[in-house]
Amino acid sequence: MMGNLGRIGPARIFVHAAVLLIVFLWLLPTLGIFVTALRERDQIVASGWWTAFAGSSRTTAARLDGPDKAKPEGANFVISGTLAVEGGGKIQSFGLRVQEPAAYKAGAPAALENGETLTINADGSYRYQKSGPFGADARAKRVYLTVATPPQFTFDNYRTVLGGEGIGQSFINSLTVTIPATVIPILIAAFAAYALAWMEFPGRAILIALVVGLIVVPLQMSLIPLLRIYNEIGQIFGVPSKTYPGIWMAHTAFGLPLAIYLLRNYISGLPKEIIESARVDGASDFDIFVRIILPLSFPALASFAIFQFLWVWNDLLIAMVFLGTDKDHLVLTAALNALLGSRGGNWEILTASAFVTIIIPLLVFFGLQRYLVRGLLAGSVKGG
Amino acid sequence: MFSQIVSAIGAMIFGVAICAAYFWFSNKLLDLIFPAREGDDVHRAAVNLRRRGLIRPWLFLGPALFLLVVYLVYPVVATFILSFYGPDGNKFVGGANYVWALNDTEFRQSIFNNILWLAVVPAACTFFGLVIAVMTDRIWWGNIAKAVIFMPMAISFVGASVIWKFIYEYRGGTDVQIGLLNAVVQLFGGTPEVWITIPFWNNFFLMVMLIWIQTGFAMVILSAALRGIPEETIEAAVIDGANGWQIFWKIMVPQVWGTIATVWTTITILVLKVFDIVLTMTNGQWNTMVLANLMFNWMFRGGGDSGRSAVIALVIMIAVTPIMIWNIRRANAEMKGR
Repeated sequence: MMGNLGRIGPARIFVHAAVLLIVFLWLLPTLGIFVTALRERDQIVASGWWTAFAGSSRTTAARLDGPDKAKPEGANFVISGTLAVEGGGKIQSFGLRVQEPAAYKAGAPAALENGETLTINADGSYRYQKSGPFGADARAKRVYLTVATPPQFTFDNYRTVLGGEGIGQSFINSLTVTIPATVIPILIAAFAAYALAWMEFPGRAILIALVVGLIVVPLQMSLIPLLRIYNEIGQIFGVPSKTYPGIWMAHTAFGLPLAIYLLRNYISGLPKEIIESARVDGASDFDIFVRIILPLSFPALASFAIFQFLWVWNDLLIAMVFLGTDKDHLVLTAALNALLGSRGGNWEILTASAFVTIIIPLLVFFGLQRYLVRGLLAGSVKGG
Repeated sequence: MFSQIVSAIGAMIFGVAICAAYFWFSNKLLDLIFPAREGDDVHRAAVNLRRRGLIRPWLFLGPALFLLVVYLVYPVVATFILSFYGPDGNKFVGGANYVWALNDTEFRQSIFNNILWLAVVPAACTFFGLVIAVMTDRIWWGNIAKAVIFMPMAISFVGASVIWKFIYEYRGGTDVQIGLLNAVVQLFGGTPEVWITIPFWNNFFLMVMLIWIQTGFAMVILSAALRGIPEETIEAAVIDGANGWQIFWKIMVPQVWGTIATVWTTITILVLKVFDIVLTMTNGQWNTMVLANLMFNWMFRGGGDSGRSAVIALVIMIAVTPIMIWNIRRANAEMKGR
């Protein structure tokens, strides 16, 4: 079908070019932080990340040695030495005034006023020569350098954020929240889905309609009453109101409608004969569920597991409300949000932290994309 | 660090085990109370089996129903009631919170912004998703392209905020512009700006982020729907001399109309609840406030005002309700058709 279209549609080249452009545009934002997280702090602010592979040049100031270091050399007096250049950079040009930091080329002698010449080489060695003695009270000369630094990449930013900025701790917190909040709803939803698909009891149709309706109920409706319940329970039993079990339950509950809906659609589509023959053999519903339904439903369970994992890992609102914002309990998203406030301009920290928060979902995404797509299609296209 | 990991693993096992234990023990208990064999009394055994059949669905459904009622059904009712009460939820104030909302400029601003988001984001995502789906289905490396465009779905809104804040970054004075947008603007001779502080237009800079994230979702679903189009309809159109443009608009789009509606409503619901992006990018400053953020602010602002907060939440709920009813009716129709 698509082959036909290709032949009769606009030139194929155009399609290739258009898709290439879109892919490029879509990739560019993420690429920006991946590259930036690997650059050194000074380089990040000195040049855009897209120049990272070409190296960067920046202007710094340095001071030559003072007149007291001048040595007579024939009729001339010479001050020589080496300027420190950080990061293995090469000096490209230099100047004497801040307005003209690149007035002279490095490596070639520059003729200054009063019969002075100054040569600064790319490696930082310099020779400052005057036809007469330097004034004894003159200050050490200040020069401005344009330094070209080769592309340099470092893992220092990651070391900083994982330790000092508490992102390592938050990573573990995120796992502590996410894994049970993914497994528990699957278990609960699978049992409920089986009951709604294969067991006869009054009110089944109403319950199914309720589940479908609850899928779209906005979280915002739940926050205020639940916060009150949590605080009251905390006060009555003298326990903290913001705990891991508390947020597991919240995530479980908010994920349940979609989970039950997806799994019920799948489980009700399993062949009737299998379940009926097991019943005839005297198996109880519990046995049927554990031995037959669970293994057969693996694709649907995996689809939902990925959804729920991504949703919980990436959630900010529920974590802020039910786990709080104190440092010990910060999950990655909340930690990143806090950093955006406190470290607004420190892109080396923000980008490295962002990378740590998005790498796990990205791995899950690329590793299990098949199941994710299947789940999406089951949930939104036909619903069964 | 190590003890933290150990206690985290312990907590995980504990949480999952409690859940699994409930199902196992409750079912064993039911089998014990109503055994399938009771000596030679066939009648008693049959009665037991029937009782088990009556009770077991509720054992299976129990935890799910409990959580759904406590976390979703009850709160909807409670929020509705709280909207008629004062800041701490104890004093009945009638419709005062609603009157406040109607006269509050920030609330009106939020409604306006939400409508703006609703007008732009679902349409843009669906349109781009459809176009990209059609194009990627026609090239051999289409699946790679799709994976890239789908990828932002896996990135959290907060992560996306860092990514896009870096693009919108502005540096004052003579500093080099390290934000991509300002660098491009400069390249074409424009003046760098602090984009997210420019009222009205900053809304669009935030919307771009959600479009970037959600287009992949629209693309994947529409792509599957496009593949379901019968080949004959397109072949017939080709024979009749239709060009690519006509085939797209007159043959393909009408056949996936139902899917377009599904994608549109799904993204609409997401847009109504948009929160993280605004919180992390502007926190509602510079006229970017939306309902979900205003609601969150009032939960804590000035010690928290549950009444006003509840009114704002209800507005979101009311906006979602038509889609909810449509979903339920569609699900019912499907079940009858089975």
